[in-house]
Amino acid sequence: MLNKWFLSTALTLAALTVQAQEQPRRGGTIRFTAPYATSFTSNDSHVSPQIQDEIYTYALHRSLYRWNAAENKPELELATAVSKSADGLTWTYKLRDDALFHNGRKMTADDIIWSYTRIMDGSKSYPGARHIRRIKGAVDVEKGQAKEISGLKKIDDQTFEMTLVEKADPGFFLYYGQTAVYPAKEAQEPDFFNKPIGLGPFKFVEHVPGSRMVLERWEKYFKPGKPYADKVVISPMGEAASRDIAFRNKEIDVSILGPTQYVAYRADPNLSKGILEVAEVFTRNMGMNPAFKPFSDKRVRQAINHAIDSDLIIKRLVRDKAYRATGWLPLSSPAYDKEMKPYAFDPEKAKKLLTEAGYPDGFEFEWTATPNESWGVPIVEAVIPMLAKVGVKVKIKPIEGSALGGTVQKGDFQAYIWSNTSGPDPLTILKCYHSATPQSACNYTTYKNPAVDKLIDEAGNTDDPAKRIELLKKANAIIYDDAPVWFFNYNKAVMAYQPWLKGLQPNATELALQQYDELWVDASSPAAK
Amino acid sequence: MLQFVFRRLLQAIPILLAVAGLIFLLFSVIPGNFASTQISDGRAVMDAEAVERMNRQFGLDQPLATRFATYVGKLATLDLGTSFRTRQPVWHLIGERLWPTMQLAFASMMFAILIGVPLGFLAALRPGGIVDTVSMVTAVSGLSLPKFWLGLMLMYLFALQLGWLPSFGYGDGALRNLILPSIALGVAPLALLARTTRAAVLEIMNADFVRTARAKGMSERRVVQWHLARNALVIVLTTVGLQFGSVIGQAVVIEKLFAWPGLGSLLVDSVSLRDIPVVQGCILVIVLFFLVVNMLVDVLAAIIDPRIRYS
Repeated sequence: MLNKWFLSTALTLAALTVQAQEQPRRGGTIRFTAPYATSFTSNDSHVSPQIQDEIYTYALHRSLYRWNAAENKPELELATAVSKSADGLTWTYKLRDDALFHNGRKMTADDIIWSYTRIMDGSKSYPGARHIRRIKGAVDVEKGQAKEISGLKKIDDQTFEMTLVEKADPGFFLYYGQTAVYPAKEAQEPDFFNKPIGLGPFKFVEHVPGSRMVLERWEKYFKPGKPYADKVVISPMGEAASRDIAFRNKEIDVSILGPTQYVAYRADPNLSKGILEVAEVFTRNMGMNPAFKPFSDKRVRQAINHAIDSDLIIKRLVRDKAYRATGWLPLSSPAYDKEMKPYAFDPEKAKKLLTEAGYPDGFEFEWTATPNESWGVPIVEAVIPMLAKVGVKVKIKPIEGSALGGTVQKGDFQAYIWSNTSGPDPLTILKCYHSATPQSACNYTTYKNPAVDKLIDEAGNTDDPAKRIELLKKANAIIYDDAPVWFFNYNKAVMAYQPWLKGLQPNATELALQQYDELWVDASSPAAK
Repeated sequence: MLQFVFRRLLQAIPILLAVAGLIFLLFSVIPGNFASTQISDGRAVMDAEAVERMNRQFGLDQPLATRFATYVGKLATLDLGTSFRTRQPVWHLIGERLWPTMQLAFASMMFAILIGVPLGFLAALRPGGIVDTVSMVTAVSGLSLPKFWLGLMLMYLFALQLGWLPSFGYGDGALRNLILPSIALGVAPLALLARTTRAAVLEIMNADFVRTARAKGMSERRVVQWHLARNALVIVLTTVGLQFGSVIGQAVVIEKLFAWPGLGSLLVDSVSLRDIPVVQGCILVIVLFFLVVNMLVDVLAAIIDPRIRYS
């Protein structure tokens, strides 16, 4: 499996390298799709946590950092240099002096400080607050106890200082579109969001709610020669079947594929030439609630992992559009341990473990599941006979997708199946397994292991990146052995693209998020002019 | 007549209040709220404090009775509230989406009326004939075809195979973008109108006044024009009214399928994200539209048929 992933990644990178070697062509329109269920929320990127909105934000705005998909790590975007204090808490940024908003005004430190302060407005519950909260004093603003974030200090127009509450690499949380930098003065104008301006490679032209967002090239974008395309049109298209027809009809340049379409596209001699695959930072799993007595026993949880033939389900039901999970941290995580092996499908061992745990005749549990085809009821239905063979009976508790989060947060489950983000920052992600993290945050299985706590704390305190990775690998291995969840798979995101679209990036954080300043269309595009 | 219109408008108030109450209660009992939907895709995490803050911001921490009283109070001043999701007034969001839905509804009903009514007429004039058989088989098929499937087939045929029309999108509201979604939405009302027209015409054809007209030597053309068409029209009009209202509701599926930026897709988005003020606003507007269209139909029926009097 791992070899397959490395081979596929190598092929993807090779194909993208060939693309990159071609001379980019200026002009034309990129016809992008936002493939998830809802339309764009509004013209204000700060209000929404949804990927749909990040998709247009990547064209219109810029954040302090950006995600470098090729190197799979964050990099500075609006700053040219950064230095860190000896205690690792204070970061000083030298901002670019060529970053102009779409009205031609130069970005300054005031814009960044104002944007972050806006996001912390407690009366507005902006989703980006979860990132900015890591800056010292941000919580005080959120609670209405301060007007300014004490951890943000302007040195001069192009320099500012940021003090964090704990050691962390800000690149991992300040690249999100939810933390986009707005022009401080202009964004306070009452009609700003009718025609928003940003620092991105494309300027806002129009938003037809529910239909499309149109943006055109910003000639004074801070990266010389970029962007290449004249225009970007982004259409929210949640229906996979409609997207499929529109893509085959050459009306759109990209489409995100589900399992069924993945099989069909791979089998098609033409369509198969334009497929981009990436191991995204999502781990599909069945969380087990230790408050339900059988699941409080590690042997029972391990038995569940041994009793399910995950490979078979991935092959038959998920149509190979996933990679088998060998821990919580996914293949594209910097702390992924390639030496780790998946739980073997071994019903006999499962039975033995159940007997040792005092359940020789098995038990029955209720499994909360949404209708999702890749990690919902269809998967549970496939697992039921496998668990039945070791005496474990399952009662499905169906739930609507939008209600799953609240149900799990409240601990109102015996088991659930979900797809959770497991990256990009392994430290942030593994903190979800720290005993100090409440269930309502992200420790959904109320996992508790002092050895893991110690390793995570040490990883957070060390300044040595290599040591941090080693510590996190160890923590990941212990969590895997403790099996708080059934480790099902890591999502393989698949994007179909037209032969004329170049410059796509294998973004493991979310494949649908592309840096539009890298994209270009060749002369064969129907929208080349 | 004015008195009738006024009375019907007054009658709409308790209906709207009942609908508002029902939606309010429904969304209070189903699992999940706006805060929980923010993390349900597994991407974001939000601690209990943030959830609490968000619930407080949107008044979701208040007791049910208080929330309902606040809601009804606002409704009395025609304030539909503010969207949890976009933080914009609900009226503003509805205003953005109303016209595309109206375009779609009018176009699909025009399609249904212009084809369904003549088809039903022709079928009734020669019962059991080839036109009757073919049109009624088509009508039954039209009624039973799932809209989603029909929409996909239309896309496949007219966009992908023939390349005549775009498969999705609003464009600038141009006719070529409107054709496929209108047909997909209009086929069911077309089928119903064809059947209703046929039944109405057949019934009237055997009526005494038609027989008398023929006995008096009136030409067949005049019989059809003056007696059959006019009398059947009242029945057909009632069906049109009912269908017009339901087309707005059924547009939900078609709008999502064709990425059409109407009220239906706004409603679906809002339901999935538990954006309750927008859900309530959209449904109230749809119900209001249904009531107004049916009132207009009653008025038109009275104009067409002088025997109908509203007092």
